[in-house]
Amino acid sequence: MRANRLGAALAVALTATLASCGSGEPTESPEAAQSPAATQDAPQGPVTLTYWTWAPNMDKIVEVWNKDHPDIQVTVSKQAGGDDAAAKFLTAAKAGNPPDLVQAEYQHLPSFIAADAVADLKAETAPIKGEFSEGLWGLVTLGTDAVYGIPQDSGPMMLFYRKDLFDEYGIAVPKTWQEYGEAARTVRKKDPKAFLGTFSSKDPGAFTGLAQQAGAQWWSISGESWKVGIADEATRKVADYWGALVKEGAIDDMPYFTPEWNKALNDGRLLSWPSAVWAPGVLSSNAPKAKGKWAVAPLPQWNAGESYSGFWGGSSTAVSAESPAKAAAAQFATWLNTDPAAIGLLVEQAAIYPAATKAQSALGAAPEYFATQPDFWQQAAAVSAGARGFTFGPNVGVTYNTFRDAFDKAVQNKTSFSDAVQAMQDATVADMRKAGFQLAS
Amino acid sequence: MATVSTAAHRRARAGRPVGAVPTALLLLGALYCLFPVCWVLIAATKSPGELFSTATLSFGTGFLDNVAELFAYRDGVFWLWAGNTLLYAGGGALLSTAVSAVSGYTLAKYRFPGRDAIFNLLIGGILVPAVVLAIPQYLLFSKIGLADSHWAVLLPQILHPYSIYLARIYAAAAIPDSLLEAGRIDGAGEWRLMSRVAMPLMVPGMVTIFLFQFVAIWNNFLLPFIMLGDDGKFPLTVGLYTLLAAGANQPALYNLILTGALLSIVPLIALFLTMQRYWKTDLSSGAVK
Repeated sequence: MRANRLGAALAVALTATLASCGSGEPTESPEAAQSPAATQDAPQGPVTLTYWTWAPNMDKIVEVWNKDHPDIQVTVSKQAGGDDAAAKFLTAAKAGNPPDLVQAEYQHLPSFIAADAVADLKAETAPIKGEFSEGLWGLVTLGTDAVYGIPQDSGPMMLFYRKDLFDEYGIAVPKTWQEYGEAARTVRKKDPKAFLGTFSSKDPGAFTGLAQQAGAQWWSISGESWKVGIADEATRKVADYWGALVKEGAIDDMPYFTPEWNKALNDGRLLSWPSAVWAPGVLSSNAPKAKGKWAVAPLPQWNAGESYSGFWGGSSTAVSAESPAKAAAAQFATWLNTDPAAIGLLVEQAAIYPAATKAQSALGAAPEYFATQPDFWQQAAAVSAGARGFTFGPNVGVTYNTFRDAFDKAVQNKTSFSDAVQAMQDATVADMRKAGFQLAS
Repeated sequence: MATVSTAAHRRARAGRPVGAVPTALLLLGALYCLFPVCWVLIAATKSPGELFSTATLSFGTGFLDNVAELFAYRDGVFWLWAGNTLLYAGGGALLSTAVSAVSGYTLAKYRFPGRDAIFNLLIGGILVPAVVLAIPQYLLFSKIGLADSHWAVLLPQILHPYSIYLARIYAAAAIPDSLLEAGRIDGAGEWRLMSRVAMPLMVPGMVTIFLFQFVAIWNNFLLPFIMLGDDGKFPLTVGLYTLLAAGANQPALYNLILTGALLSIVPLIALFLTMQRYWKTDLSSGAVK
C-alpha cells in the first residue's frame, strides 16, 4: 500500500516535472538513434555498461558474461521493481544519465518509448526474433517495425486451485468462466466461510491479463496516432462477469498480496487464484502451510473448447537511447535472453519464467511447491502458446491508477464494473490528449 | 514560593479526576506510537512460515535465523547499506548542524542589509516540503555530474531552513547581547566571539538540531531513491525497499525486511537515549533563567 501511494506520488511529481521541461528540449534525431553501426566497429578499449534490474542474483549471472567478455564489462545495480522503477528510469533518462541497460516491464516499455528513453534494436535483434512467441514479441514492438527491448520473462496466466478442497467438495476444475461462477456458488454452500476466489481492485495487472484473454485490445498504433479501446466489448464482458459475482457474494472482494489474503490462503478459505506462472513463488512464501495441496490448470475459457490466456507481469531488457555503447549493450541483452546457458542461469538463479520459447519447453522439474504436479512446466508452455497478443500504451500508470480508484469504489458500493472500465477509458484518453499524443477517434 | 507549591499541591490532589483524561490521552498517544514498534519487534521474530499463519501478537521462533539470513543476504549488503546510512545521517546531520548554528547565530546577532530578506526567504523555504524538491535537485545534480554520488545525498540535506530558523531563535534567546559586547570590549575578534562565546552557549540547541536532522536523514527515502543508481551507495531505507519491491514474479522477502527495519531503528533509539540528557540540561538551564 505504502509503496503504491509512493509510486503514485512519484509518478505525479514526475509527470509534472517532465511535462514542464519536456516541450523545450529537442528530441533526438532519428539518425543519431539509428546509427549503432558507427560505435559497433570501433570499440575503444573495454566498454563498461551499467544495468538496472531487480531480478535476484543477476550479479552472479552477469559475472559469467564478464568472465567471457573482457571487452564488455557489465555492472549490475539492483533496483526496486515495479512502478517506481519505471519512474526512476524515466527521471534518469530525462536528466541525461540513465543506465545503459534497464529491465523494463512490458506495461512500462511504451512510456519509455514515448519519452525517447530506449533505443530501437531492430538491426541487432533481427536474428533472434524467431526465439520468441508472436504474442511476446508484440509486447516489445507495440505492433510497429521497431524493436525496443528483448523479452526476458513472461507471465502467462493459469488457474491455480486447491486440489484437496476441490475433491472434498466435489468440484470439477472449471473449464469455462460460467463453470467457475457455478463452482463459486457451490463453495459458498459447502463452506460459508470459504470463497472460490476473490476480485482484487488493487491489481490492475491481473485484470488486464484477464481482459487480454477475452481478446481486449486497449491500445493500438496506426501510423502516427494511438487508438484507445479500454472500454471495448471484451473488457466490459470481463468486468461485468466479475462485478456480478462480487455483487452476488459468490466470490470475495479482498485484494491480493495483503496479510488477510495470505491468511485466507493459509487457512484454506480461498480455493483458487487465477494468476500467472510465477504464482508458485508467491504461494510458497505467503502460504507455506498449503504446500503440495495446490494444482494448476489452464484458465477457464469464455467459450468452451478455446484455449486462450493473457499475460500478467513479465519484463524485457531494454537499451537506453543515450547509452554510448548501444551495440555492446544489445549484444549483452541478446546473450542474456537467448543464450541457453544464460537462460539456464536466469531460471535457476533469478527464478524467472523465460520468454524464449525453446527455454520454456526445456524446463524440467516442477516447482517444489507443486511437487505433486510433475507436468507443471509442460502445462505452462502450452498455456503460454495460447496467450493473446496485446499492446500497452504510453500512460499505463494513469490507466492502472484509475483502475484502483474506480474499482475500489465499484466494489465498495457494489456498482457497475463496466462503468469503472469506462472511467479508465476516459481518464486514459484525457491524459493522452493532455500529454500531446495524437489520438485516432 | 510556599503558597505556590501548596496551591499546586492542592490542585494536584483535587484535580486528580480531571488529570485522568489527559493522562489517558497521553497513554493512548503512547500506545499509538509504540504499537507499530512492538509489531515490528514481534513480527521480526517470526519465520517466513509463521509470519502470516500465527496470531499477530504472538512471538515466533525464527529471530536468529532471520538475522543470520539478513546478514548473509547478497554477501552482507545490509552492512554496506547500514554504513551508508550512518555516513549520510551522521555526516549530513553534523554538517547541517554546523551550517545552521553559524547561520542562526549570524541572523540573530548581526544587523546587516538584507538580513530580513534572507530570513523571510528561509521561512518561505520551510513551507516547501523537501519531497517536492527531490526531482529538481536530481536534475540539477545530473547537470553538474554529481548524481549517483554520496554528495548527491549529503549536500541537499545540509541546508535545512527549519534548523536555521531554530538556531536563530535559540541564539537570540541563549546568547545575551551584553556578553558579546563584553567580549568585544575585551578585544575578542568576531571569530573568537563565535567559537568561544556563542557556540558553547548554543550546544543544547545544536543537539536538538543534530537529532532532528539525524532522524530526518536516517528515515529519508525519496531523495536517495531518486539520486542513487548504484545499489552499493544505497542507504538502508532504499536498500530494504529493493527487498520489498522485488518484482512482480518474486515474493517480497518480508521476514528480512521486518528484521532489517527492526535493526535499523536500534541505533536511533540508542542515540535518543544517550542524547536525552542534553535536552534535560536545556530545559533546566531555561528554568534557572
